[in-house]
Amino acid sequence: MISLQKIILGIGVVAFLASCGNSGKSSSKMTSSSNASAAEQVYVPPGEHDEFYAFMSGGFSGQLTVYGLPSGRLFRRIPVFSQDAEKGYGYDEETKPMLMTSEGFVPWDDSHHPELSQTNGVPDGKYIFINGNNTPRIARIDLTTFETVEIIEIPNTAGNHSSPFTTENSEYVVAGTRFSVPVPQRDMSITEYKGNFKGNLTFVSVDKEDGDMDIAFQILVPGFDYDLAHAGKGKSHGWMFFSSYNTEEAHTKMEATASQNDKDFIAAVNWKLAEQYIAEGKGHEMPGKYMNNEMNHHTHAATSKAYDKVMVLNPDECPGLIYYLPTPKSPHGVDVDPTGEYIVGNGKLSSDMSVHSFDKMLAAIEAEDFEKTIDGIPVLTYESVLAGVVERPGLGPLHTEFDGQGYAYTSFFISSEVVKWKLGTWEVIDRIPSYYSIGHLMIPGGDSKQPWGKYLVSLNKITKDRYLPTGPELAHSAQLYDISGDKMKLLLDFPTDGEPHYAQAIPAELVKPNSVRIFKLDENEHPYAAISEDEARVEKNGNEVHIYMTSIRSHFKPDNIEGVEVGDVVYFHITNLEQDWDTPHGFAMYGANTSELLVMPGATKTMRWEAKRVGVFPFYCTDFCSALHQEMQGYIRVSPKGSSVPLKYWTGEQE
Amino acid sequence: MAHSLKLLKYVAGAFVIAFLSACGGSEATEESSAGDDPVSYVKKAEEAKGPNKGIGPISHVELGALDDALATEGEALFNKMCTACHKMDARHVGPALVDVTERRTPEWIMNMILNPDEMTKKDPDAYALIAEYIAPMANQSLTEEQTRAILEYFRKYDNQ
Repeated sequence: MISLQKIILGIGVVAFLASCGNSGKSSSKMTSSSNASAAEQVYVPPGEHDEFYAFMSGGFSGQLTVYGLPSGRLFRRIPVFSQDAEKGYGYDEETKPMLMTSEGFVPWDDSHHPELSQTNGVPDGKYIFINGNNTPRIARIDLTTFETVEIIEIPNTAGNHSSPFTTENSEYVVAGTRFSVPVPQRDMSITEYKGNFKGNLTFVSVDKEDGDMDIAFQILVPGFDYDLAHAGKGKSHGWMFFSSYNTEEAHTKMEATASQNDKDFIAAVNWKLAEQYIAEGKGHEMPGKYMNNEMNHHTHAATSKAYDKVMVLNPDECPGLIYYLPTPKSPHGVDVDPTGEYIVGNGKLSSDMSVHSFDKMLAAIEAEDFEKTIDGIPVLTYESVLAGVVERPGLGPLHTEFDGQGYAYTSFFISSEVVKWKLGTWEVIDRIPSYYSIGHLMIPGGDSKQPWGKYLVSLNKITKDRYLPTGPELAHSAQLYDISGDKMKLLLDFPTDGEPHYAQAIPAELVKPNSVRIFKLDENEHPYAAISEDEARVEKNGNEVHIYMTSIRSHFKPDNIEGVEVGDVVYFHITNLEQDWDTPHGFAMYGANTSELLVMPGATKTMRWEAKRVGVFPFYCTDFCSALHQEMQGYIRVSPKGSSVPLKYWTGEQE
Repeated sequence: MAHSLKLLKYVAGAFVIAFLSACGGSEATEESSAGDDPVSYVKKAEEAKGPNKGIGPISHVELGALDDALATEGEALFNKMCTACHKMDARHVGPALVDVTERRTPEWIMNMILNPDEMTKKDPDAYALIAEYIAPMANQSLTEEQTRAILEYFRKYDNQ
């Protein structure tokens, strides 16, 4: 998006400024009665719940946020690829492994596209996946706990942008290379990019029962920039479509050199055939280091496993595996309508939008209607696969979602608007400004077989004059539109946390009933848990001290500890004995070179603390837990090395 | 976390009157039934005849001869789930539990374990306890069967 932003800011200044001016006017024209009716539509009375959960990517925050629709209220920021000190994520000993990669501990990423798991092409509310763009990864968030439970790294790729779009039953989520690289990595001149750098289209399998992700196979493809993806559905189930740009295979000054060709490609991948080729032994084992990190909700701890090879298919050895659909011009989003027939290419530098037909694609394949072949991949002729063209709908089309009523909605970055058009007739029905510079847009279920086409959310890059200014850095924003009528109607405008690229939403009823309230103490298998106060204790082996500590409103046990010496490494293992909803306890230790712990009821978390100097140091509970929360504190005494102070600990009467 | 709720609870400790008025207000919006606030409950209780069974899922407990096996099961549960805050024979975070079966009805005891949030807001005896001890009665998410076992342990303890 950043490079696109620059291109567009460069080439489209006049259009953009004009659009801003217009937007201002139309906004001020809004009558007070239409304001009142918009307010009523988004008003969720105190104590009542929203109709939809919306999950918005955090962009360069690396996280995922949870909002309610239509209220626009923020409920939760789920840490995914970045450390989050508020929750201890990536700081406590249990979650640090979640951020391990083959490059070591990577405490940040750039998260772009949330994608809900699907059953029969419809979001099922079990999981939400999101990609890490920078150090290629896919994360799985469990929607019973709203916690990141798995992260898998994608080897032999870079810039994991066209990810993690799902197939109809979440058989796979995918990852495509945006920044092609030498595969496998080697020392070579950047100037030899063309023909030598490669992309990879990776299919990550998702276990039907427990959601466990594995790299099933990769397909080695020409070194274009694979930008976005969407799975076929219904009749096109079994195919995955990836958009690409930079078919020029340029490697420098890309904003000019990667925009030379009239048409780039949408790659249509027959993944069911890929499965067959793998079964037939057509895959090659290729070196590729990656990590797979998983959280276990019995031990309350994540573990990392390292892998060193992947199974790769070469298109020139696998006829029928991939076809290229020519698409003008540097297509960004590739979006498949709910019937699975129309494949929309959002050619971001094109003045028209091309829509391909799945049926025509199959016919062209059958007739071998090929323009040429690139590295064993047939390029179908543009005219033979074209279903229709939406003519001059706006400037800079990026993404399209669907309402399930036969209409498509496309975001236009340069002209800063949402345009509604009709599938089949390709006529523009309605347009409405966004404030400003819309990137993705989202309709609940809008990339699935069954959209809940009541609302549309635009996810905007620039907010300028929209909110009270906060210095040089301003919030990104989301705007909520009512799309239930013929004309789109702006209802609400709210700032977002981080840069929301894509978002997804789902009816609350599909998620809410499954929400976990506590972890059962009986099921706590953490090796350092103390599941009752009887088990609270301190053990010392050499200079390693393990404190098995419990917390309950409102005391720790033990809360006084002596016998620790300078140079000791102290592990505070805190088990929260509460078994009631909304009763986490925090734990903060003076001078700790890490964050606090935040321990959910029934769980155990660990802080590592080094005793660096002589003294008596306090610890306390950080999350207001009861009327006696301020009393929830304790001390640890640190004596000189070799001191004769015995190891002792107590709460209440000295033991 | 529901900070405002917790803050309310904190305020309740320090400023009982403030708590009462705030609580009355929130009850009105939640259930729109006037007179459910603790003040009227206390009044009602003063006027009330008969034993207080508390508020919650338990309306009647049939007590038979002491079931020793059940009491043993209850003792183990008590030691695991309750001793962070309760001792049998001394005040700890919460009150000493010796003679609790003489002070309270079996139904009240079980409702206090199973439904402490509502009990400490609405039941006059439970409200008096939280006013004295300030610490909340934690809901340990026990089942009715487990709670019945703990009651049997209390009966056995009080018989000895």
